[in-house]
Amino acid sequence: MSSILVILSVQDGRVKRSSLEALSRASALGKAEKREVIGVVLHSNALSLAIDAVHYGATKVFCVSNRIFDSHLNPPLIAGIASVVELVKPRLVVAASTESVKDIIGALAIRMDAAALPDVASFEISGDHVLCERPVMAAKMMASTQSSNPLVFVSLRSGSYEAIRSESETSCEIVEVPFEFDVSTLSATLREIVTTTGEAVDLTEAKVVVAAGRGVKDATGKALIDELASITGAAIGASRAVVETGLFPATAQIGQTGKVVSPELYFAIGISGAIQHVAGMSNSRIIVAINKDADAPIFDVATYGLVGDCFKILPILNAELKKILS
Amino acid sequence: MNFCVCIKQVPDVQASVQTGRMVLNAYDASAVEEALVINANNADSIDLILIGPSSATETIRKALAMGATNATHIVVDEIAALDSFAVSNLLAAHLKGHKYDVILTGKQSQDSDAGLAGGMLAELLGLPFATNAVGMRAVENILEVTRQGDTGQEMLEMITPCLVTCSNDMNNPRIPSLKGIMGAKRTVITTTQGAPGITRTVVTRTFPPSAREAGIKFEGEPEEIVALLLDKLQAEAGVL
Repeated sequence: MSSILVILSVQDGRVKRSSLEALSRASALGKAEKREVIGVVLHSNALSLAIDAVHYGATKVFCVSNRIFDSHLNPPLIAGIASVVELVKPRLVVAASTESVKDIIGALAIRMDAAALPDVASFEISGDHVLCERPVMAAKMMASTQSSNPLVFVSLRSGSYEAIRSESETSCEIVEVPFEFDVSTLSATLREIVTTTGEAVDLTEAKVVVAAGRGVKDATGKALIDELASITGAAIGASRAVVETGLFPATAQIGQTGKVVSPELYFAIGISGAIQHVAGMSNSRIIVAINKDADAPIFDVATYGLVGDCFKILPILNAELKKILS
Repeated sequence: MNFCVCIKQVPDVQASVQTGRMVLNAYDASAVEEALVINANNADSIDLILIGPSSATETIRKALAMGATNATHIVVDEIAALDSFAVSNLLAAHLKGHKYDVILTGKQSQDSDAGLAGGMLAELLGLPFATNAVGMRAVENILEVTRQGDTGQEMLEMITPCLVTCSNDMNNPRIPSLKGIMGAKRTVITTTQGAPGITRTVVTRTFPPSAREAGIKFEGEPEEIVALLLDKLQAEAGVL
């Protein structure tokens, strides 16, 4: 049986949790079908990062060590993954659906004669087919989609499966793959990366997310959000409405067209809960919603809902949480 | 810059009730708008290309009314049967005979939400590309593109010809003026029949997403409901 190859994305010096979720899912499929599960890390520090994959079911990890992968540029990333796919000849390639992966998956599929199933909420292999379910129509519907192409690329929405770490000692082979990339062939150059301030915690990896919506009207409201986030060690997210007003940066946008998050605890503050937003956070384990409107759709998905003005509730909540958590 | 903007007609997914009304894909509208802004002070052309049924002509007229120059309609009636692979192959076959500085697409279409066609088309045409652009500026033969990446906004300098897929965070597409609408009616749309071609993926079923179960809702004085919440978070949810 041909193998399953999992692309392990790196951010802030670690393999991303969403990649480990993809690896865990691939391992479960691999066990059931007796397919080898192979990881690949493309990063200057790939060798030391690869070790983590052992605990999530990979029996082999390919390391493509090159500084060029440390910031995102699509030509080398496509070339790097393509070289490993040619080496491994897998049935299925799985990656977490990050912006970097979304950027390359279409071009990569063409280059490798593969089919692409992007941004899936679940996937499996059944006989000759790779099957998946993915949100469509701005997340109002789900579509069962399949491919019988011999090679299929899948990108997986974060929080769709659990990252299951095993402490047992399993053997894992680390394979270094030489990779050269001539930067003079590039017709696009990366000038700089502008990161917005206050992104101390990465949104897609965070255990706690505090997200603001239209009800957080102004700088005073934003200060309350910042305070709640700092008390709980949370990353800050936002609905499209407050990104459009400029109160929160575009990098904070959660939803079908923004980031998909799946923290242990999600605070939805002043967010009405439009389906496009819910699509980006409904995999959160516990959802706390605060909204003035008792009929807001966010309460249909919230584990705990507080009906009231966030400007009145947050100061009290922040003060009480400070006592508990300090 | 001479632009070609690939546009698509999609169901109006923003509407709360689906009436079957078809609209210009919002991301594609942003692509048209951005081309218009960049070419505001020159006579360079903005061509449109759309794959879709005959009835999609109204969507082409809408984008022409915004200010685009020419349009090609590749008529495929069973558009729902095409996947991104088939669409990008049809587009590539057409575009191979043309020379554009920049090809623009929306970053995804609102119906399939796949976001594949742009990257696929770039690879088929052998063009450098950037996806999910939130800003764009032309400086001679260089296109400066700002894209939303994982850790922030990535600023790229791309040598043309190139392909860029556009986010709706880029701009607010203009509402066509009456003059634009009248002008668009007179523009001759080049129409060709498209062969559907091979697909690599098939949608077998669509269904409503399973809803998350609603939990408990607390109403009352802020002090009271905060206390109730904290009790639940500690005792029941175990997250604090």
